[in-house]
Amino acid sequence: MSGKTLYDKLWDSHVVTDRPDGSSLIYIDRHMLHEVTSPQAFEGLRIAGRKPWRIDANLATVDHNVPTTGRESGVEGIADPISRTQVQTLDQNCNEFGIVEYGMNDKRQGIVHVIGPEQGATLPGMTVVCGDSHTSTHGAFGALAHGIGTSEVEHVLATQCLVQKKSKNMLIQVDGELKPGITGKDVMLAIIGTIGTAGGTGYAIEYAGSAIRSLSMEARMTICNMSIEAGARAGMVAVDDKTIDYVRGRPMAPKGEMWDRAVEAWRDLKSDPDAEFDKVVHLDAADIEPQVSWGTSPEMVTNIGGRVPNPANESDPIKREGMERALKYMGLKADTPMTDIRLDRVFIGSCTNARIEDLRQAAAIVKGHKVAPSLKQAMVVPGSGMVKAQAEQEGLDKVFLEAGFEWREPGCSMCLGMNPDQLGEGEHCASTSNRNFEGRQGFGGRTHLVNPAMAAAAAINGHFVDISDFYSKAG
Amino acid sequence: MKAFTKHTGLVAPLDRSNVDTDMIIPKQFLKSIKRTGFGPNLFDELRYLDSGEPGKDNSQRPLNPDFVLNQSRYQGASVLLARANFGCGSSREHAPWALEDFGFRAIIAPSFADIFYNNCFKNGLLPLVIDEKEVDELFKSVEAVEGYSVTVDLESQTVSTPDGKTYSFEVDEFRKHCLLNGLDDIGVTLEDADSIRAYETRRRQEAPWLFPAG
Repeated sequence: MSGKTLYDKLWDSHVVTDRPDGSSLIYIDRHMLHEVTSPQAFEGLRIAGRKPWRIDANLATVDHNVPTTGRESGVEGIADPISRTQVQTLDQNCNEFGIVEYGMNDKRQGIVHVIGPEQGATLPGMTVVCGDSHTSTHGAFGALAHGIGTSEVEHVLATQCLVQKKSKNMLIQVDGELKPGITGKDVMLAIIGTIGTAGGTGYAIEYAGSAIRSLSMEARMTICNMSIEAGARAGMVAVDDKTIDYVRGRPMAPKGEMWDRAVEAWRDLKSDPDAEFDKVVHLDAADIEPQVSWGTSPEMVTNIGGRVPNPANESDPIKREGMERALKYMGLKADTPMTDIRLDRVFIGSCTNARIEDLRQAAAIVKGHKVAPSLKQAMVVPGSGMVKAQAEQEGLDKVFLEAGFEWREPGCSMCLGMNPDQLGEGEHCASTSNRNFEGRQGFGGRTHLVNPAMAAAAAINGHFVDISDFYSKAG
Repeated sequence: MKAFTKHTGLVAPLDRSNVDTDMIIPKQFLKSIKRTGFGPNLFDELRYLDSGEPGKDNSQRPLNPDFVLNQSRYQGASVLLARANFGCGSSREHAPWALEDFGFRAIIAPSFADIFYNNCFKNGLLPLVIDEKEVDELFKSVEAVEGYSVTVDLESQTVSTPDGKTYSFEVDEFRKHCLLNGLDDIGVTLEDADSIRAYETRRRQEAPWLFPAG
């Protein structure tokens, strides 16, 4: 019999019971909640007269809908009354059910997928779920983490379990040495460009190989974060010393003797050498260039040195039509060099790229320069209050502010534009977020996905530039 | 949950692949704390020519005449015919809520995104996968014949067309059972409460750091 994959191990250790129809009841160790996908779940509990099964497994924060400026007057000061009601509803629900919540002005508040790892609420070997598709982020810790809908949020609250059918195993192996300046974001966009946005549907992906091992925990989080953009609900990376070093000392991480026991168990959170995968994809790290998306799906991506593709060269009629529609929406002509795309706004933030390393990479590019006068706006939105405080301690806020960037309060912000941070119709934005769907960042807005340093360089130049030179000089 | 057994309804064809949940229901409507009322804003950016906002009177907004659901021949449609990877992107359950609220009971596509697919079953909405070639055939038939309706039978796992064709589809036993009977799956899980407690007891021994509160 072949060995087990990391996913097999995580699955097996969480099976409460197998059902005759092939589904299983899976135990959930950590449930994260936010204001947008939870109100109807709490309402469901109340209607059915149910209580949460295990209160201490839940952790809540407000992120999607909160303003990133003017928080002095608190929740009462949220200008949009519908947003205010939603934020207040989470506060009331957490209060009523006794769930810990980092409210809007708590310094630990932030994007749910930033604060979980930051607080040690995410631990190796856990099952982690949240009513948000980017929950896959937490898989970077050797955890089984995925997004769920609101009915399942209610199900987890009420039972601490989910009814699941096991996914297939996919291995994405990235070997070799990454070029200087190539980030987790570029690796992941290159993967999505290779396997497509539905390439991972039905699979749990494990990212492995020497290039993945060489990446920091934060870069691994960026990769796992966008598993859903490759169609997979869950993505994960095996535990190594970097994982353990990152978790050590976090407020909710185990301490003392318990820590030692936990680490011993976590060392086994890797695929066995003889484990078999249903699908294996190889990428050569040395081939990966800085990535920029040109279209309206994350698979519509190319190298910074590339051009907007020409639909005439696409043989599949459905794909060709999709490309033509995307070019029309994006207001781009086929064969335009990516570096010729003029930008209106730049957004550095989101659960994909708003951690301290992301801000450091962007600040290193920005330092001593000014935002191009042709830009309407360039903003930096830290992923959490803790990231913001750390960045300010390092003086990164001053670097951004002196260059003409706005320095905001933490939240999801312009990644999805539920709050006032939105693109105008027809505006092009270099964004470190995860989705370039039509209308995602605002009605008629045009998103180009890039890494934080690329976004920073684009802000200074007013268009995309190849930052490879910067790293080879610094190198 | 509303049960689904057999449904006959007019088919509307949405001929584009990778339809994401942002497209199905844009983010500004996710501020609602209710499960209902999303139908008028289903496919908002495709359906209307202006930008929609919560509370706006949708009956006064300019409709996009090219959008399939605005065409007179598809009024009253309750079966949506779609392309590959339907429902990709965000996990928002507001997407199936909006489809259901609009009046759809079933969605036919060659493939669905995992989270969306799962969310549909929680809301009495049946997503069913049939072969890409069969989906192509259906697109041709629907566009050729006005008033084209199909019958979706969950018990027999078939879709029957007016021209006498029958397509079969797969569905998990548990999901089928819940949908046929309109079951609350939380209630079903709670029948296993003893197993959940036994798991917790065992796990607390193996991995006590997962139970910091004891």
